Amino acid sequence: MKQIKTIAIKEFKDYFISPIAYIVISLFLIVTGWFFFSTFFIFGRADLRDFFSLLPIIFSFIIPAITMRLFSEEKNVGSYETLLTMPVSFTDIALGKFFAATLFTASMLIPTLSYPIFITFIGQVDPGPVIGGYLGAIFLAAAYCSLGLFASSLTRNQIIAFIIGCALCFTLTILDKLLFFMPTKIISVIEYIGANSHFTNISRGIIDSRDILYFVSVIFIFIFSTYIVMHEKN
Amino acid sequence: MIEVQNLTKYYKDFCAVNNISMTIRKGEILGLLGPNGAGKTTTLRMLTGYFKPSSGSIKINDFQMPDDAIQIKSIIGYLPESAPLYHNMLVYDYLEYVAKLKGIVDKEKRYDRFLQLSDLCGLSAIMDKPIANLSKGLKQRVGLAHAMMTDPQILILDEPTSGLDPNQIAEIRDIIKTIGKEKTIIFSTHILPEAEATCDRIVIINRGSVVADDTTAHLKAGVKQNAILKLSLKGAAESDAAALLGGLNLDLDVKSVEPVEEGLVSFEITPSANRTDDRDFRPDIYLKIKETDWIITQFTKESQALEKIFRELTSEEAYPS
Repeated sequence: MKQIKTIAIKEFKDYFISPIAYIVISLFLIVTGWFFFSTFFIFGRADLRDFFSLLPIIFSFIIPAITMRLFSEEKNVGSYETLLTMPVSFTDIALGKFFAATLFTASMLIPTLSYPIFITFIGQVDPGPVIGGYLGAIFLAAAYCSLGLFASSLTRNQIIAFIIGCALCFTLTILDKLLFFMPTKIISVIEYIGANSHFTNISRGIIDSRDILYFVSVIFIFIFSTYIVMHEKN
Repeated sequence: MIEVQNLTKYYKDFCAVNNISMTIRKGEILGLLGPNGAGKTTTLRMLTGYFKPSSGSIKINDFQMPDDAIQIKSIIGYLPESAPLYHNMLVYDYLEYVAKLKGIVDKEKRYDRFLQLSDLCGLSAIMDKPIANLSKGLKQRVGLAHAMMTDPQILILDEPTSGLDPNQIAEIRDIIKTIGKEKTIIFSTHILPEAEATCDRIVIINRGSVVADDTTAHLKAGVKQNAILKLSLKGAAESDAAALLGGLNLDLDVKSVEPVEEGLVSFEITPSANRTDDRDFRPDIYLKIKETDWIITQFTKESQALEKIFRELTSEEAYPS
């Protein structure tokens, strides 16, 4: 447990030592800010629904950029060897890195808290969907972080890790938009696998255990896959 | 202390380490020698638990790899080749991270240990520097501090002196000798004099197999004709000197070489292949030269035992493919 915390803190600090954090956060804020506020006054609704509906697609490009370095960089520099020969287990390493990335995406969302605060000046905001939206966003971010972590564990090349991560996250995001092409028998299964419907449910303020279970399963499956990759690679 | 049995490692079809067995006792300094690509690094990586062996067993104290990997890792300090570190961290932050991961939780203890290590490895001036700005030798020292963080019983160093300048090599060697008094050290190198100077025991690996495993003294004693006598004379003509040395009838090969200084004649003298007499031939040469009015400026015997063994055991001809 202590090891996980040590690794997570170190990795989290690493984001802010290098320029990555500042670049990624500003990019995220510019993109979400523009897409959200460009239509906000046209619709004239005092809610964050449009902001949250953007998140899955934006996350599927931003989060792989955050997670791509977690394993790839260490493998490339060689520090992976020093890390693995210290008394830490594979699980500690995978979880530590996962928490660092999740914590970073959560801190990336903090500046967006100013949106609901501003909107309260304009109109009556229903707190349920806002709280649900942020909760959902954290679950979604955690799930995508585990995907990105897995992608990073596969290769020593950060760009490849980024592309694999994007592909995985993007697939989960658009899966329920592809239902049109699927045979009717498996539609419900595909819809369940896609991340979008689960995120939409939570961000409407409906916190259903099935949706939470979905995100927890995705996180578990991909951290476990990372663990297996670490095992197999040595 | 360390028991390795039938250790084998395949990378796909390539056999990097083939059936290595050895025992390393407590307090020994073991040198792992071999040409590039012989399997030294792979062997060390398996000992440290970074690689899983394809087959074979590693037992350290009473712990068995890989079941007790965490316990084993906590009693081993390991410095990989070229000391890979986190380049964006400061030296102090890095050491603190390592100390925490290695389980030195107490703040006071950590601080005390940093003081000791910075004395031992000479880090006090660079504690606040980013690792990326350090020279290779300094990085190596930070790596060494990393390896010795918990004062481990076993220290494994992979080519600790490669790529360093002569001063730094001497420093690292001194550190190894100092800590080697109470610790078990395994280090790999392909610099023979280094192994000769620091190791109690030498294991030579070639193409993944152990080809020699003995104490340094035994290994050297095992080879005949192990010395080159280097002789330089002043005031002598080359032909006269060669004739004189040849006239001793001691079955010596006298080779005239480039003089070490101007105005000298230099020779390398080795016992010839059919020489049966083991007697030291230096007195004969000295007495003979004493009869002339030449001045001896160099008269040194250089042992080439290890180099010769190394060449014999690891040359391409030894393994016709």
